[in-house]
Amino acid sequence: MLIKWVQTLGLSLLLMVSAHADLTIEITQGSEGALPIAIVPFQQPVTGAPTQNVDQIVTSDLARSGRFQPLPVADMLSRPVQPNQVDFRDWRALNVENLVIGQVDAKGPGAFDVSFRLYDVYRGEQILGYTLQTSADELRSTSHRIADLIYETLTGNKGAFDTRIAYVTSIADQTGKPTIHLRVADADGYNPSSIVSSSDPIMSPSWSPDGQKIAYVSFENGRSSIYVQEIYTGAREKLTSFKGINGAPVWSPDGTKIALTLSKGGNPDIYIMDVRSKKLTQLTSHWAIDTEPAWSPDGRFIVYTSDRGGNPQIYRVEADGGKAYRMTFEGKYNAKASYSPDGKQLTLVTRVGEDYRIGLMDLRTRDIRLLSTGDLDESPSFAPNGDMIIYATRNKNRGVLAAVSTDGRVEQRLVLQAGDVREPAWSPFHQ
Amino acid sequence: MKLSRMALIGLAAGSLVFAGCSTTGSGDAAGGATASGAAEGSAADAGGASTAARARRAGYSGTMRLDDPASILAVRKIYFEFDSSEISFDNKLVLRAHSEHLNANSSTNITIEGHADERGSREYNIALGERRANAIKAYMTAEGVNPAQLNVVSFGEERPDLLGHDANAWSKNRRGVLVY
Repeated sequence: MLIKWVQTLGLSLLLMVSAHADLTIEITQGSEGALPIAIVPFQQPVTGAPTQNVDQIVTSDLARSGRFQPLPVADMLSRPVQPNQVDFRDWRALNVENLVIGQVDAKGPGAFDVSFRLYDVYRGEQILGYTLQTSADELRSTSHRIADLIYETLTGNKGAFDTRIAYVTSIADQTGKPTIHLRVADADGYNPSSIVSSSDPIMSPSWSPDGQKIAYVSFENGRSSIYVQEIYTGAREKLTSFKGINGAPVWSPDGTKIALTLSKGGNPDIYIMDVRSKKLTQLTSHWAIDTEPAWSPDGRFIVYTSDRGGNPQIYRVEADGGKAYRMTFEGKYNAKASYSPDGKQLTLVTRVGEDYRIGLMDLRTRDIRLLSTGDLDESPSFAPNGDMIIYATRNKNRGVLAAVSTDGRVEQRLVLQAGDVREPAWSPFHQ
Repeated sequence: MKLSRMALIGLAAGSLVFAGCSTTGSGDAAGGATASGAAEGSAADAGGASTAARARRAGYSGTMRLDDPASILAVRKIYFEFDSSEISFDNKLVLRAHSEHLNANSSTNITIEGHADERGSREYNIALGERRANAIKAYMTAEGVNPAQLNVVSFGEERPDLLGHDANAWSKNRRGVLVY
């Protein structure tokens, strides 16, 4: 089963990217019961080999998910490239359940074909095989797609390796004055690019559902405004700049609306803006703080943080208005909730004693399970497949990002080379 | 507490001179967080008592200069308790002096910045910072200041005054700042 998959180069060529990783990943908690898999080093073209190593990228993606335990290359008894070179006994002997082989062929300057095959070692048969046409610039993305295909085939869940994250960094110069950047990088920290920089705060990045735009808050004029910016062209539009707070923008799942927080009426309330007409509708109206809206995946509901009950808790309202319904009752601080992609859970910030942790609330039982162990954890964001949550935490007095699988089995830290990083937002699936 | 109330009554009666009180007036239960810093740069260690002492020593008079570091007008930072926008008694003295100044200088506009400590979520902290700045604005408006002279902006936890991650830093970051 060989399927030709033509990569679209698209607008991504316009991105100013550096090949290095902005964030380096440290696995802080491994996982037991992960599936043993072997990814044999792919055969490289004799001349013009790419600088990116496909099999290593696939290996680290799969390891990072916590669902797989890749066999170290040094332990392999053989290194097949072609199907007729595979001897399943070599892999059964090592208790490897799945095997990946492949090769990279040069197809002219900067162009490559990447072929791979996935085998079930015990049944002794191929279960997946693809050839992907790609370029030197797209090779990392192609490698992530291969990891996605393997992940989906073996777990039944769509992979989210070929996705990106947006995040805010603060890097101080020698005088201690910080510069704030809103950045976008691959989900593994590679290919970072700054989409906007300022000496004033930048906050609350939110992806459009098509992954082409980011809405965010910038204080570049000394006060808050909400902007929408096209990631690849840099073109941007000021969405709101009312008196008071212009905050917490978040796209509706169908991309036609943006929920946001405005305090132009005297106190922070949730509003819905129609993206095309710019028409505003006020959704909540209460003297207390209402902020941090998030849409349910079907677009029917909005959850938000309100302190109308005396301390911040999560409330839910229908997106076209109605009565507020309190969702959280446990503890004195629950904030910044967002729905899992399947709509069955919320991730939120919850205070436990003196600590602020990331929680996962089951919407059926209303139980909150803690996913993080820090004392100042915030800004949780689901991967588009719902299998992991990325959030901001502190490590050795620096702001870092951490990712945890929603089953709690694996945890990793994404550390910026210098400075602080915060407010991660996981992109939608690559389209 | 008794002395504080007396002082407040004195203020309400229009007396802006605090000579005669000899104990501190930190009536509110704000503890360390009551601290109202002095001029920029020396704020970190200023306690509530020193603010009150300064208020008593100086108070506001029409001849008070904004740039005099010994003036109560040099106190520009108003500190708050966790998740609170309540203004302590000492800070009311400070705000009253600034209000008098603004009433006497009606062409002077200020920006009231609201800030929060780093704990909890960022947009909620933006809202909390605004609530604090609005509490200051409401107090000063009640003191007769034209609302048009008072511009409010919240920076939430985005612009900490102290960079630490402990109770001391948090208490200094939960603040309102009067920017002339």
